[in-house]
Amino acid sequence: MTNTLHRFGPASSFRDDYVVFAICSRGKNDKDALPKLRQFLSMAIPFKPVNLGDARHGGCLRPSNEMSPFNHWTRDMTPDLEEVVRGLDAPTTVAAVFDNRAAAVDFLKKVKEADLGMSINISTSVENAEACCHEVGIPRHSVGYSLGFEGKTEKLPNTQTMLLSTMCGHGMVSHSLAKKMIDWVKEGRRTPEQAVTYMARFCSCGVFNPSRAKRVLEDARHSMK
Amino acid sequence: MKINPDKCVACGNCTYVCPMGAIYVDPVIKRATIDREECVECYACYNGLSKESLNPTIVRTMRKVFQMMRLRFEPEPDVCPTSAFEPDELVWPRVVRRAFSDPRVPHESTGIEGRGTEEVKTNDISGRVKEGEVGFTIEFGRPGVGARFHEIEKMSMKLAAAGVDFEKKNPVTTLMTDQKTGRLREDILNEKVMSAILEIKTTVDKTEEIIRLVKEVEKEIDTVVVLGVGVRCDANGDEKVVAPILEKLGYELHRAKTNVGLGRITNPDALEAAQKEPAGAAK
Repeated sequence: MTNTLHRFGPASSFRDDYVVFAICSRGKNDKDALPKLRQFLSMAIPFKPVNLGDARHGGCLRPSNEMSPFNHWTRDMTPDLEEVVRGLDAPTTVAAVFDNRAAAVDFLKKVKEADLGMSINISTSVENAEACCHEVGIPRHSVGYSLGFEGKTEKLPNTQTMLLSTMCGHGMVSHSLAKKMIDWVKEGRRTPEQAVTYMARFCSCGVFNPSRAKRVLEDARHSMK
Repeated sequence: MKINPDKCVACGNCTYVCPMGAIYVDPVIKRATIDREECVECYACYNGLSKESLNPTIVRTMRKVFQMMRLRFEPEPDVCPTSAFEPDELVWPRVVRRAFSDPRVPHESTGIEGRGTEEVKTNDISGRVKEGEVGFTIEFGRPGVGARFHEIEKMSMKLAAAGVDFEKKNPVTTLMTDQKTGRLREDILNEKVMSAILEIKTTVDKTEEIIRLVKEVEKEIDTVVVLGVGVRCDANGDEKVVAPILEKLGYELHRAKTNVGLGRITNPDALEAAQKEPAGAAK
């Protein structure tokens, strides 16, 4: 899952984007991994993540299989972080997304103390990750750099659409939906807060960053790039 | 994936959520329709849209009335009002599309494990990329463009000719008929997927050569390509070997995934096996 590596944007655009995830390795540390992964998710909650999720069930905003016409007026847009912890039923990649460095650092400190034995990664700008590791006092083990998009880039949409849609690395937030949400915010048909909840529900790992998405939509309201 | 024409009310919500743009409302039958050639079976429509179970006849009538009165509809954009999507029974080779496109699917039908491997995310445990080595992930079709395997084969064959080793547990590697030539199974060449990743490992001194080769082949491929470069840091957590090479080649290193090195082997049998290995083997 190179799901968070290739987010579009310059390093400065990741100032509010810190994805911390835990993963176990098949045959190496996957026995009894489930309670440890649940612990990872639970430990994140006090640090107010903007999203929390696992790769099997998605994030803290999920689609409903039993909508009724009345839900359209009373739809609950509140993220349910506890449900993500409760819903984890098998070892998989779990992630907590933060929109500020202090929270990410404090959470990493807690994870280090807990000594879960899972591989822990942080996905953000190179500088942000270095700074987090420095503050926590752990040397980086390995780095996976993204070299950005190449080839037939003329097939890609505009900057803001890319900023939004690449926040689900599996491509579940389509370019068309991202563009539609930009248009709806510009038209005043939805607020950025509402628009990000629609997009977040499509992300199947819970790594979509609603906070960064809101900022992108606010920017797009004033000028398209 | 298919759309049940008896249920569909042509609201158009699904046309926006399809990552491949493969759904359109057919003006003749007035129903949402999937272009099966372009559909990659990612299930974003089925898994991502919330489901409602309204009566299709009533909804169609209301839509017609509103349309005649030129009233703007304001539906929730992430709902299929009549639960019209129905999964297809996928058979080979079409099942490959879903294996590479739906992130929630384990690949029992193809024997393929995941879209990629654990790369450097578990490098603190696997020791897959050691100091002096570089792991490349070369991904095709991302984001939202898609790729066909005959395009990917152009790259795999050129890389194979350059003498690289493909990661054995990678799904694309398992579809090769010959890893020495990089040739893929013929029956899947025209299948379209959301994205697929070639994974190779080489020594640091070959970094520039591999990147130049990839950039050259990209010109012949009709999709987008995104490169990931995984490296091991030194004992202080610094990485001053590969980053300068990448910067010399003109790359600005905006984003990275950083393994902070807190993982360890805990399975009893794996621990036992690790203890028998020569010291430093998994570093």
